[in-house]
Amino acid sequence: MTRYLLRKIVIYLVTFFVAVTIDWAIPRFMPGDPVEGLLARMQAQPEAAAHLSGYYTQAFGFDVPLWQQYLNFWAALFHGDLGLSIANFPTPVTELIWGALPYTLALLVPAILLSFWAGNKVGALAARRKVLDNTVLPVGYVLTATPQMWLAIILAWLFASTYAFFPVTGAYSLALQPEWSLEFTRSFLHHWILPFLALFLVAFGGWAIGMRNMIIYELEADYSNYLASLGAPTKLVRKYAYRNALLPQITGLALALGAVVAGAIVVEIVFAYPGLGTLTLNAIENRDYFLMQGIFLFLIVGVLIANFVIDVAYVIIDPRTRIGMQGGA
Amino acid sequence: MPVSERGDVVGAGAQSAAQASPPVTATGTPLATPAVAHRSEFLYFAFRNWKFVFGLVVITSMLVLALVGPLLADHKPLEFAGPTDQPPSAEYWFGTTSFGQDVFAQFVYGLRAAFLVGALGGGIAWLLGAGIGFTAGYRGGWVDDVLNMLTNVVLVIPTLAILIIVAAYLNVHSYATEAILIGLTSWPWAARAVRAQTFSLKTREFVDIARLSGRRTRQIIATEIAPNMSSYLLMMFILLFGGAILIGASLDFLGLGPATSVSLGLMMHNAYLATAMLLGFWWWFVPPGVGIIAIVGGLYVMNVGLDEVFNPKLREL
Repeated sequence: MTRYLLRKIVIYLVTFFVAVTIDWAIPRFMPGDPVEGLLARMQAQPEAAAHLSGYYTQAFGFDVPLWQQYLNFWAALFHGDLGLSIANFPTPVTELIWGALPYTLALLVPAILLSFWAGNKVGALAARRKVLDNTVLPVGYVLTATPQMWLAIILAWLFASTYAFFPVTGAYSLALQPEWSLEFTRSFLHHWILPFLALFLVAFGGWAIGMRNMIIYELEADYSNYLASLGAPTKLVRKYAYRNALLPQITGLALALGAVVAGAIVVEIVFAYPGLGTLTLNAIENRDYFLMQGIFLFLIVGVLIANFVIDVAYVIIDPRTRIGMQGGA
Repeated sequence: MPVSERGDVVGAGAQSAAQASPPVTATGTPLATPAVAHRSEFLYFAFRNWKFVFGLVVITSMLVLALVGPLLADHKPLEFAGPTDQPPSAEYWFGTTSFGQDVFAQFVYGLRAAFLVGALGGGIAWLLGAGIGFTAGYRGGWVDDVLNMLTNVVLVIPTLAILIIVAAYLNVHSYATEAILIGLTSWPWAARAVRAQTFSLKTREFVDIARLSGRRTRQIIATEIAPNMSSYLLMMFILLFGGAILIGASLDFLGLGPATSVSLGLMMHNAYLATAMLLGFWWWFVPPGVGIIAIVGGLYVMNVGLDEVFNPKLREL
């Protein structure tokens, strides 16, 4: 077990190292002079351009040798220094990200967990049951092929403009301040439900179909047939099939994290939800590269932590990884 | 991505298909003629599988629309065509945008871009995934260790996150560039699945014989290993194709795609910027999403149909 987790930790450390290196390398090794490129795209006034050029050269640390730039980058990183935001000068990038992070987590964590739970349950129910399968399968395929931002736009159109059930911008009423009060919580939930639904439904379709297919494979397996031929009730056979089918689904959960994070980014943008997604759009629109690179690092670290949590869960659920019979996830 | 875990599932099916009992028709009677050629047997089951046929029909009609549609459109997608914010009418089939552009023209040109990004991005990811998977799985040893580490690292990094910073620095001018970027980042799950399949195939006797007869590694992979997982490789391409379209749409929606031509993601981007959903201009933002769902969903359904065609165990019901 320790060996299995240690191997995973090594992979995550290497990934973090590679991600930081990519983050450092992209502005330096892309074709063309990065500072000039940035300024050209910002279409800044000449005087402003001169200032910005100086700032960028200094901030990127272009005036020292390459290897030293790289070491400086790591040193700054361990001091929690990701640079200053251009769009919100001179707010540090980390401060902006910490402010946005809770909102993204409030969307992502429930969406991931609830869609995984509900999708697996519904998928397992539908497998090899004709009527239910004929509904779950088409609905699941449509949902999993849906771009999250499109579903978000449709939800905003249906529930906000046509029927005015739910608000479509922000995470809480602008008349309120973020605080722990009943009124704020109600306003928060009211704003939260539509973006949550957009993320939940798309992921739900994927899990339902995945589980439905896995259960069919498991019900075809020898142990299922043997159990059934011994006279075990169908319910028991399906229960064992479900347990075995859950393992690849958990592996899939780790693989799906990147897609869910991408979904959260675009959904937040549609609803102007003040999380990392909206921050990303601001960074793109303002060509705020330090902010963009900071968000990138935060996303990577978040996905790595989530991967590790899933690995630990896998070890708890699958006894074979504990005694080293197989590599597992 | 939800695609990837189904990739593994599909793998299990493709593998058991190779060892499956003789094909059985839908009614359960074994086929009387054993001498049916492999190809026509495949077609026989494929065209009796409604999922495969349905997916194929949807994809084909979208492809035809993408090819013929631009000839039917009276206007260029980005040109000022006339009245703004018009609902669908006889003259403007899908209505017009707030900039007076023809939504139908944008839609059909957007379909073209979607197919291009899917085919090129999915194709590059397929080549990389298959190449790295075969090499790692067949060679084993340190080559496998290095390639497997590379695969695991790229697998964990969220594709869109890395594409956002790359696309932001490298001004993307064409859908080909966008597709290449997508292809270079979305191969890992495919490589992992091919590697696992190759591991199980390379210990079979027919591979040993090929090796003993002095064939080169590349030949053995191409003539002994790959054909035994051809169904799997085909389904992998379908899933990568659909995945590339979805990632491309997200990039375009973020405004990181080419700005001088039109795509389904860019249509949503523009509709969102013009707050079309609050103004109720549904004809502007509904078509691009429906187009993506039709292509990607059609591919997925076709994929399940193929799985049932290749794996007789799944054919019942």
